[in-house]
This record gives sequence, C-alpha cells and structure tokens, in this order.
Amino acid sequence: MEITLLIRILSSVLANSSPLVIAAMGETISERAGVINLSLDGSIMLSAMSGFAVAYLTGNVVLGFLAAMMVGALMALVIAFASITLHQDQVAVGFVLTLLGAELANFLGEPFVRRPGPRVPYMPIPLLRDIPVVGEIFFRQDILVYASIVLIVVVWFWIFKTQAGLRLRGVGERPEAAFARGVSVNRLRYLYTVVGGALVGIAGAAYSLSVKLGWSEGHTLGNGWIALAIVIFGGWHPFRVAFGAYLFGVLISLGGILQRSIPGVPTQVFQAAPFALMILVLLFVSGGALERLLSLFPPRMRRVVGDALRVAPPSALARPFVTE
Amino acid sequence: MKVELRGIKKCFGSVRANDGVSLTVEAGSIQGLLGENGAGKTTLMKVLSGFVSPEGGRILLDGKEALFSSPAQAIEKGIGMLHQDPLDFPPLKVLDNFLFGRDSGFLLKRALARKELLELSERFGFTLDPEAYVNTLTVGERQQLEIVRLLSLGVEVLIFDEPTTGISTPQKATLFATLRRLAKEEGKSVIFVSHKLEEVLELCSGVTVLRRGKVAGEIAMPCTSEELVRLMFGQVITTHVAEEVSLGEPVLELRVWGVHTYRLDLSPVSLQVRAGEVIGLAGLEGSGQRLLLRACAGLIKPSRGSLFLRGEDMSGKSYQKFLDAGVAYLPAGRLEEGLIPGLNLAEHFVLARREKAPFFINWALARGDAGRKIEEFNIIGSPSTLVEGLSGGNQQRALLALLPDSLRLLLLEHPTRGLDVESALWVWDRLLERREEGTAILFTSTDLDEILERSDRISVFSGGKMLEILDASQTDVEQLGYLIGGNRG
Repeated sequence: MEITLLIRILSSVLANSSPLVIAAMGETISERAGVINLSLDGSIMLSAMSGFAVAYLTGNVVLGFLAAMMVGALMALVIAFASITLHQDQVAVGFVLTLLGAELANFLGEPFVRRPGPRVPYMPIPLLRDIPVVGEIFFRQDILVYASIVLIVVVWFWIFKTQAGLRLRGVGERPEAAFARGVSVNRLRYLYTVVGGALVGIAGAAYSLSVKLGWSEGHTLGNGWIALAIVIFGGWHPFRVAFGAYLFGVLISLGGILQRSIPGVPTQVFQAAPFALMILVLLFVSGGALERLLSLFPPRMRRVVGDALRVAPPSALARPFVTE
Repeated sequence: MKVELRGIKKCFGSVRANDGVSLTVEAGSIQGLLGENGAGKTTLMKVLSGFVSPEGGRILLDGKEALFSSPAQAIEKGIGMLHQDPLDFPPLKVLDNFLFGRDSGFLLKRALARKELLELSERFGFTLDPEAYVNTLTVGERQQLEIVRLLSLGVEVLIFDEPTTGISTPQKATLFATLRRLAKEEGKSVIFVSHKLEEVLELCSGVTVLRRGKVAGEIAMPCTSEELVRLMFGQVITTHVAEEVSLGEPVLELRVWGVHTYRLDLSPVSLQVRAGEVIGLAGLEGSGQRLLLRACAGLIKPSRGSLFLRGEDMSGKSYQKFLDAGVAYLPAGRLEEGLIPGLNLAEHFVLARREKAPFFINWALARGDAGRKIEEFNIIGSPSTLVEGLSGGNQQRALLALLPDSLRLLLLEHPTRGLDVESALWVWDRLLERREEGTAILFTSTDLDEILERSDRISVFSGGKMLEILDASQTDVEQLGYLIGGNRG
C-alpha cells in the first residue's frame, strides 16, 4: 500500500471519528457516575437536526453547536430526573427517549432536509501542518478533531488524576461509601449525566455541521448505538474508548478497501465485521481467557498488563442511590 | 474522647429499634455492645456515626452536645465506624480508597498519601499494598485499610460492628491486638459491637447489653458468661411444659457426620431423632445450628458421615429427593429464601404443589384453594396479596400454610422470631399438631424460654460444636446459659 494512501485513510478516520469520540466520552462520564444514558441514538439525531437548523437559520456555526449542546443536555436531564429522582428504570426511559428523539428529529427537521448550510471551517495549523506524515494526518483537520483529541486527554486526566474524578468513580462504584465520605451522590450524578449529555449534543452537531453535512431523514441513525457499544468495548476508560472509536473507523475504511480488492465477498460481511470483532474482544477481556493469558506473563508484569486489559463496568451502574 | 449517648430513640415503621438507649464510653477503653440480632446494636451505632438520625436523645462528646446529620460530619467530629461489610470501594485501588474523602485540593496527591498510608500501616504491623485492588483483599485487610484511613482523618472514636464476622482466626488475633493498642496506647475510645460472648469477655473493659431496643444491663469486666447470657436473653421463669407424646420409629439419624464451610465447620455429630420428637437447638447465632438444619434439609452437602432418613441413606442425594422423602425447611429469611417477593399468595400455593401439575393453571381453582388455606391459617390477606405486603407474622403463617400435608421431618429456623405472643402460640399449636401426626421437628431459637418450653431434648451448640444433648425436663436456663457461653458441661 502506498504511503500517501495510508496517510489519507488515517487522516479521514481521524476526521470521521470525532463525533463518535465526543459522544463516547460524554457517555463514559455519565456511566462512570452510575447513569446509563441509553438515549444516545435519539439524542445525537435530535441534536444533529437542531444544530443544523439553528446554524442554517442564523448562519452561525457556534450558535448551532450551542443549540445542539442544550438539546443533548436536556435529553440527559430527563434521564437523570427519571432515574435519580423518580427511581425509574434507566434502560426503559432511555429507550423511549431514543425513539422519541429520532422521530422528533425527523418531524421537526423536515423544512431543513437537503438544504446546503454552513459548516465547521477547515483549520490546518500553521507550521505543524508541514511536519511530514504526522502533520498531514493530525494537523490538517477542523477544530472539532483537535477538540476531540484534547477532550480524550482532559477526561482521562479528570477521572484519574483529580479529587473530583475520584469522587466520580466512587459514585459509580459504591454510592453508599461515597456518601459516607461526604459526597453528595445524587447531585454529582445529575451533574455528570447532564455534562455527558451536552457532549453527546456536540457530537450530534459535529455530524450535521462537519462529518456528514446537512440534514436528511434518519441522518445519523445507528451512530448512537455504536457509541454506546464503544464505551463498553473501551471498558469505561477514556483512552481505550477512544482507541475503540478509531479502531472502528479504521475497520470501516478497511472494509471499503477490501471490498474493492475482493469483490467476490458480499458487502455485508465487511459491514458486519467490525461488530463481530468487537464481540470477540469483549468476550476476551471480560472472560477467563484473560486470566490464562496473564499467567503466561512474568509476575512483575502481570499487574500492569492486567490493569491495562481487564474490564469491569462501574458496580453501581443503573442502580439508584437511596439514603436511609 | 468520652462518648455519651443519652436516651436515643429510633423507630423503623412499628419496630422500636432503639427505645431510650444510653451508653457511655471512656477514652482509652474498649466498650462492648452485646445483644442478639435485631436487638438494636447496629441502629445505635449508625446513630452515633451519623448514618441514621435519631428521633430523640442526645449525643455528648467530652461533655459537649454534638449534632451531626451525615457520616462525613461525624468523622469531622472524630467518630468513625467500621461496618460489618467494609464500606469501601472494592473496584478501586487501596491508595485511591485511602485518598477518597479527604480534601486536598484539585489534584490527587498520591505520593504524599502513599507515604502516610505506609507509615500508618507499619505502625500497626499491617501489610497493605497501595497498588492492590481492594477486591483482591480479604475482609481482614479491608478492615485494616479502614482503620488506617479513619485514623489518618483524625478519628478519636472507632466503632467496630461485628468485625469478626468473615475473618480468619489469625486475622482475628491481629484485629484484637490492634483494638487493644488503639485503646491503651493511642487513647482512642473503641466500641466493639458483637453478639459473641467469648469475644466480648476477652476484649472489653465494660459491656452494655441491649435487648429489644433497650439497655438490658451494663456490667464492668470481669464478669461471667452466665451473667451476660441472662442479660441477653432475659430472666427465664418458665420450666419445661412440653406434653408427653409417644415417640415413634427413628426418622432421622446422623452417623459421625460433619459439615465444612468457608466460615464455620460443624464438628462431627451423631444424633437420632424419632417420629414425633421435638429437638431444640440452642446456642448463640452462628454456632452451627443453622448449618445442621441446612445440611439435614439437603441444602448443604456434609463433608463426612452419613444421614439416614427412615433407614434410607440419603448421602449425596439431591434436595429434590429430600423433599420427596418428606423433609421441609423453613428458613429465617422469610422474604429472602422462604417466599418470592413479587408473587402473590395464590401463585405461591400453585408453585408449592408437589404433585404433577397440569400444564395450564386453573386460576379460579387456584384462588379458591388459596382462599381456603388463607382462612385455615388465619392469614390477613387475600389470594392476590403480594407476599412482601404481608406483615412478618402473616408471612410466617403463609410459610406454614405452604408446607405439604404429610411430613417426616420439619426443620425450622427461628419459627416465632418477630411474632407477638399470640401468633407465636398459634404457630406452636400448628407445629404440635404435626408432631402428633408423627413429624419430627428440629428448630433453632434465640429465646431460651421457647427452647425449654417446647423441646423434648435440647442440643447445645457453641463455636461449631454440638456440646450436649440434654433432656429438656432435666435442665434449666442456668445450665443452658453456662453451656451456651462455651463451657463444657
């Protein structure tokens, strides 16, 4: 394979994955706090439509993103209220919101279907763009790509290096213990659910204003579910979640290329392959196979490798917290 | 720090968990808080540590009235509690657990905390690995982590709620040494909550005994185990009244038979029970009675020996075979094990049918049957009442109503726990009817009265051993208390 082709593929994977990365980061922090925002597919759809509509009507991309953020945060607020305050089932509420969001987007978005609208400007970074290979992949992108990469690092730093992040993890793992140590469990859960939802909203607008321009019926259908799957695949760890999102992008591109070079294989095989691969990886990291693999490593390395590969959901995921 | 609790009151629904309880702990001493399960020990300690707000009473710390409404505020005032199931974060690392809840700015200061953690654990001879995940630790190590963490937060009063449940014997020795050190050398006030007499006798300098939400008495050490037993179970006035029933063929026979579990071993016992006989299993909770009942029911496989039911060797047979042989077990956890929350009474009666059931359920018929049983057993409820909506007494009635008509062996755990006197009498009338039909009955109870009154023979358990089998008409509460306290007859 030519090097220029490789650069082109990686650069487009990076660009096309940014909404998925942003949405998955949002979902990661919500779930770390113990709340599943299952409405992702509907939230992304509705915020993609709203973001585009506002940007189209005002001609201002930033206003479009703000609107999308509000929509995402509002959807998350519904989930938070239903699950944290009313103790309703998060999965049921999330599922209903998924359907509602998608249908509402199709209905309200009708006037905006296939209209040419504003877009996030291409923004190569001076000097850095001229670095061979690296510059071509990373620094000839729009601001969303840069922001999504910064976001990954910020979320990781927040979760693992700050007091607030430790509290976030504690709230999702054992809210009773967090409460005993002076944390306002439900307030934090509200906060992270809504912030996560706002990020999901940004991801929606990132589709309609950058990656998949404009609006059409079912414009982003399915991407929310992919983001949800990637969070699990990534084991609720920002770096691995991001890796999962990019890997997914690479597999999709490879599918396109392979399909052209091996025309005998039905296209569906390549479309389905990334998902099958994800299931296999999940089985591996959560099952006994990992422990057997670890036993092959020298004892000193076992812990490091194990920490890097082992996956467990937040213990209190989807479980409401009630004080005595 | 001197701790004084004055007239603490707390109700849960109609249950008075604490009814005017007072307790004083001097700095540098270990105070025992003794009582059977449900006596109100944990509630009292949750009040002191800010988990539960009392409905009445005062808390004085060094003579000054203290008010707090959350565990975090209690820690600020210097009161920390170690829960029976350590209240930590199993999926997080030891170091992060140690760090959680201390305000040290925006970033986590791991290096500093690690140093403090290692210093403190070294001082107490603990070996805690800061990088280990808490879910790889034993309960004993998790307690050590909690001790170190609370100390680093400047706690002056440490409450240990049943700390010896679930830890090994060497860990228990380490724990006791730590508690003594905390009191004697560090001058902390230690409250040791337990229902195990021998531990309290070994460790504490004074004991407060709770019974049914009230202080039954306060004793300074040293004292005898009999005194404590009397306080725990109350003054016993009744004597043996069980009427004579002619006993039949042997129903159950255990031959050099032992049970092995992770927490407790039941040493080999030999026992023969005849049709119509009632045997009471006495002892502090967790001494092996429950193991014996569950193993006789076929729920736990014995580690050695053989069990015969009417002459048939049941070793290795499934629970279903035990049921078919006419064995029934009524667990103490009525809603956890005995009944199915979410299903109503009619559904329970359909499920309980042992005979071959038709594929389709005739609900009209089932409701009719259930209605008859409900009437017969005086259950306050209807066929469509969900079992969790029944009161404790009615749940017990429902469990009895669900038993098959003819039984060979009936195993009961605390058959009258939580029932008022009238309901308890009613339950025993029912059981005695069974006995006249030739059912052998084994039951546990924390009420020595009940055991003396209802049994033909009494077997006493202590620390996983069946000590004695006594003829109920030949013994009294003094002797039982003496044996329960762990003294050989």
